[in-house]
Amino acid sequence: MAVVTRGFGGRRPEPEHEIPPGQFVTDDFPVLSAGPTPNVDESRWELTVRTETGEGTSWSWEQLMALPAEDVETDIHCVTHWSKLGTTWRGVSLDTLLADVETSAEFVMARSYGGYTTNLPLQDLLDGQAWVAFEFEGEPLDPVHGGPARLLVPHLYFWKSAKWLRGLDLMDDEDLGFWEQNGYHAYGDPWLEQRYA
Amino acid sequence: MSWHVATVVGARPLTGTARALTLSAPGFAGALPGQHVDLRLTAPDGYQATRAYSLARAGHDERVDLVVDEVPGGEVSPYLVHDARPGDQLEIRGPLGGYFVWHDDDPAPVLLVAGGSGVVPFLAMLRARRSAGQQPGRHAPFRLVCSVRAPGDAIEREEIDAPDPGLQARWVYTRQAPPGWPTPPGRITTADLTAPGFGPDDGTSVFVCGPTGFVEAAAGLLTGLGHPPGRVRTERFGGA
Repeated sequence: MAVVTRGFGGRRPEPEHEIPPGQFVTDDFPVLSAGPTPNVDESRWELTVRTETGEGTSWSWEQLMALPAEDVETDIHCVTHWSKLGTTWRGVSLDTLLADVETSAEFVMARSYGGYTTNLPLQDLLDGQAWVAFEFEGEPLDPVHGGPARLLVPHLYFWKSAKWLRGLDLMDDEDLGFWEQNGYHAYGDPWLEQRYA
Repeated sequence: MSWHVATVVGARPLTGTARALTLSAPGFAGALPGQHVDLRLTAPDGYQATRAYSLARAGHDERVDLVVDEVPGGEVSPYLVHDARPGDQLEIRGPLGGYFVWHDDDPAPVLLVAGGSGVVPFLAMLRARRSAGQQPGRHAPFRLVCSVRAPGDAIEREEIDAPDPGLQARWVYTRQAPPGWPTPPGRITTADLTAPGFGPDDGTSVFVCGPTGFVEAAAGLLTGLGHPPGRVRTERFGGA
């Protein structure tokens, strides 16, 4: 049992539903980025999936928009302790993008405009668990939140949902991304509180 | 990474909303300038609330210095600013964050840009620099630009303005300037961020910390001045 802090009662917001341990609910949408926000024009935006053999498949913005999109309603959980409930997004499922990609890789490095990287197991991007999202709450995704398009992997801490997505590199072996090299957990399950390495 | 019980050993008001807190945390191994900690409060019935706070001082000891600015309607910061008193116990975990960090053996010039309580991690950097500056050969030049709404919102102004040949401090007032201030109140501009020796060609390391809107604006000005985005490290708080 932790020490009790004298005089602290807590605000006890009405829990709409369960949230992961150590999180609190915010109505804000805080921004955490390691550097300046890159402004990526849709006309020069491109997403490239590269397999472990080096074979690349790319989509322009128009090609992404031509793919079937899905509406997603989900809670999101940031490692800095805030959770935001019932957020709504629109994006293309990774199942769609990876459908014709031949690979036996088990890991993925997501790469962003601006240089950010984050690593994930490939299986966490499949089976309706991940999207390339380009709308938030019915509006085009703001650059500050990762627009024009970001990865959305809401079952992991939100640093895994790379903003300004430009590429997915499939890898046979696990390699660590930006925050994962800077003290954060390689996998990042919020329900297991996998915050730090 | 484990939690450490920490006891409040000192508290000092800094502004109308900000307060310095000193904790003693046996087992805490210290931190690098710019790092933060998780802080956890526990109510008598076991309810807990956790938030992240930047450290205002780095070191290799069990003392933890924080500056907490009250978030109106917040759950943790009002307790820390108004209610916590010496002897009270809470928990901390850290240090956290390996990127928004200044290393005292890095000779590159350092440009620090703070909005409001975003100055807190920079206090840790200034304090580390002043300690390192006692040793020969460790004199990275610093420039600190602090943007505040009004003079009463300035955190640790005396310490920041103390004469120091290695530190240039510049204050920017957005709503109300002190009497006789040479420029009218207004948002930060490229002129505030430009100084000989702290440009893109000087290999400057840039750190920006503050509310999201401030950081977005300042980082945009800095990359516009030619600072490579990879040399501009940012830490934001609050929504957008």
